[in-house]
Amino acid sequence: MADTVRPRDAKDVEAAVQWALAEGKTVEIVGHGSKRAIGRPAQTDVTLDLSTLTGVTLYEPEELVLSAKAGTPLAEIEALLAANGQQLAFEPMDYAGILGGVAGRGTIGGALAANVSGPRRIKAGAARDHFLGFSAVSGRGETFKSGGRVVKNVTGYDLCKLIAGSWGTLAATTEVTIKVLPRPETEHTLLILGLEPARAVEAMTFAMGSSCDVSGAAHLPAEVAGHIAADETAGRAVTALRLEGFSPSVAERTRTLEALMKPFGELATAEAPRSRAFWTAVRDVTPFAADRSNLSPRQDERPLWRVSTAPSRGAELAAMIAKGAPAQTFYDWAGGLIWVALGASDDAGAALVRHAVAATGGHATLIRAPAAVRAAIDVFAPQDGAVAALTKRVKESFDPKRVLNPGRMWAGV
Amino acid sequence: MSLAMPAPDQAVLARRERIVAALRAIVPGEGVIAAEREMRPYESDGLTAYRQLPMVVVLPETTAQVSRVLAFCHGEGIKVVPRGAGTSLSGGALPLTDGVLLGMAKFNRIREIDLANRLAVVEPGVTNLAVTEAVEHAGFYYAPDPSSQIACTIGGNVAENAGGVHCLKYGMTTNNLLGCELVLMTGEVVRVGGKHLDAGGYDLLGIITGSEGLLGVVTEITVRLLKKPDCARAVLVGFASSEDAGECVAKIIGAGIIPGGMEMMDRPAIHAAEQFVHAGYPLDVEALLIIEVDGPRAEVDHLVARVEAIAKSCRASASRVSTSEQERLLFWAGRKAAFPAVGRISPDYYCMDGTIPRARLPQVLKRMRELSETYGLAVANVFHAGDGNLHPLILYDANKPGELERAEKFGADILKLCVEVGGVLTGEHGVGVEKRDLMPAMFSEADLKQQQRLKCAFDDKGLLNPGKVFPTLHRCAELGRMHVHAGRVAFPDIPRF
Repeated sequence: MADTVRPRDAKDVEAAVQWALAEGKTVEIVGHGSKRAIGRPAQTDVTLDLSTLTGVTLYEPEELVLSAKAGTPLAEIEALLAANGQQLAFEPMDYAGILGGVAGRGTIGGALAANVSGPRRIKAGAARDHFLGFSAVSGRGETFKSGGRVVKNVTGYDLCKLIAGSWGTLAATTEVTIKVLPRPETEHTLLILGLEPARAVEAMTFAMGSSCDVSGAAHLPAEVAGHIAADETAGRAVTALRLEGFSPSVAERTRTLEALMKPFGELATAEAPRSRAFWTAVRDVTPFAADRSNLSPRQDERPLWRVSTAPSRGAELAAMIAKGAPAQTFYDWAGGLIWVALGASDDAGAALVRHAVAATGGHATLIRAPAAVRAAIDVFAPQDGAVAALTKRVKESFDPKRVLNPGRMWAGV
Repeated sequence: MSLAMPAPDQAVLARRERIVAALRAIVPGEGVIAAEREMRPYESDGLTAYRQLPMVVVLPETTAQVSRVLAFCHGEGIKVVPRGAGTSLSGGALPLTDGVLLGMAKFNRIREIDLANRLAVVEPGVTNLAVTEAVEHAGFYYAPDPSSQIACTIGGNVAENAGGVHCLKYGMTTNNLLGCELVLMTGEVVRVGGKHLDAGGYDLLGIITGSEGLLGVVTEITVRLLKKPDCARAVLVGFASSEDAGECVAKIIGAGIIPGGMEMMDRPAIHAAEQFVHAGYPLDVEALLIIEVDGPRAEVDHLVARVEAIAKSCRASASRVSTSEQERLLFWAGRKAAFPAVGRISPDYYCMDGTIPRARLPQVLKRMRELSETYGLAVANVFHAGDGNLHPLILYDANKPGELERAEKFGADILKLCVEVGGVLTGEHGVGVEKRDLMPAMFSEADLKQQQRLKCAFDDKGLLNPGKVFPTLHRCAELGRMHVHAGRVAFPDIPRF
């Protein structure tokens, strides 16, 4: 078991990385560890636990900005925002369900490092789109900052984008600034029942191409829909379209959308409370949650893939995978995000998934698999020659000695 | 001009003829321009105070040509400055005397329109507005709308991470891209992203966007398209003070309303614009807000009523709501013509681009008035009020000795002021050469060196657009050096478990 270091402040983080450099040690960066099981398994000498760096340091609702120490619990930030009628528009997902952790954990630094997002990604963007600035310690043991605390800024390279989704392989963030947005006054979800995936993607495409401003578009095939328990839909596939905003607007758009969707099939609706519960379940991939004990005596430990592709190719991609192996899938992002659960195998179905993604375009990440499998195969999308070389050079420009989360994304990075 | 650019490489200049011949072998016909008279149009961009003829202009037509030109220049140690339409307001496309000016204007095709996936694949020389024009028959548009959208190109928009009046609600360029094809300085062609959302690895698209042509040359871009809102209405509100106008903006956002556009103008800007386009702006106010809400009709009507009520509570002295599309466009006409309008009342003007936390606006405007008196130069302000992006226009006369220098000093003071109050040097125009030497006001040496190390990952010889963004050039070997004191760093007394 690696030593765990709990820094008291950003200076301690710098000192810890400098020490690791001097001693030739490697460092695993963790917050709450809620996403620790994602990526290639860590074999590091020291664990740098940033969950001790907590606290919102600036919150100006009318400027739409919030700054916090990197280890601040996401739940604390979301509660503060909610109290002020605001939210994190990127709708960060909670991995606890599928990875088997405690619900409601996760830090703001972790959410940004993993570039998390939820169903609202299609309208509001991912974490990257709300990441305005940070202070961090690079793998060189140097403190540096980028961005600012205003919502519009092009001064220097936009390093926030690079840190978002870098899984702690470039720098340890110590403080971050994010854009926050008003929370919608209400929401309403329109459900279309009984569609096949290809037809569902057509319906979602049609809805997204309307001016109804849809903020969530998901399709759950019948065998998956049951897990999200919507009474009158039981046993049937569910295609869901979410509308959010001011009440008069949601009411008008609901009428418009109902008229547009009628030709696709039988409609049903989910009012605000049920709508909220539904989208939380989609966000957190509840159908493939590890602790679905009510549905299966065994925990769901099947390999789970997260695939991003062009929405119009989503159903085709899922069909290709299903042809090769028993698979359960569901679709978010209007067909562009596909969650795929496969039976256990040596490669977690990687060959099959990667082959299908190569045909349709996009990328796939293995979100859940035993550590031995994650050590043996690529968890993140394999890269071609020029991009792989560029990725290595980018890593070296921040962390030349590969001290921070080495190998978490790819071997040698 | 006091601007110091990288010292010209005399060895490169001495080989100019041979270099031009080699480039002609790569880009045949009229794609290589070497005659001084014909290179004149390329000597500056939108920041016309700075002019410099390049060594040679190259106008490639294919990715393969771009790749070969860059590989050749990489091998020969020749600097390259990429250029789109040349509308940069920060000198991002200012040529170098010993550099190739790589004009991307011939990359002007829209390669694919994919409405099912709500995207378009375009070449970098396509103008911003042309993207919208190509898809508006189906009710779609491309959201970022910089004021120069008739002329500016998507490639330039990517380089500068261009914004516009609608970016508070719809995002900047970086929030509206899916992928690109990028040629590195070595000539390697890299594809990043595609038709899907988010990166499978590092977000290279995110770092390329806004990199001001220092990391690579973009040869294809996939942009996201949005459906046009059903309708839009604008509210025009006058205030007796900028404090009241600022309070109104804060209350609108505090009420959970993100307008499609929210612009502020100060008294000099209002007067100049009104004289120019007769938009019907009130002239007896100190600050004017144009607040546009868009969406379905029910939403727009609902929000217009709320905005009017908020404005009233903030002591608005004049308020009008557009009742027709024609009137809405008229409200905007004055704002959109603010720069040329100021150009009519002053021989020259210098446009600044800082961002501030909005609450500091009254303080910043007051200080700006004081600076205006100190420098003896008038200033008019237009302001993307929703996101705090300030565009002070400093009025000067370049024919009067010393006025340009005074205007530049005034501008630098304004930008430093923006940083002082918690803002940044540039909201959407980029650093370029203009704000290059001010970067240390915002960033430490360590911050800037880390950014330059990233450049080394893309351009190890520092040949792409050198002299822009960074005040001091360092060699990559020097930047990469590390001083690790093995065994000499004591483990700090950090709690361990």
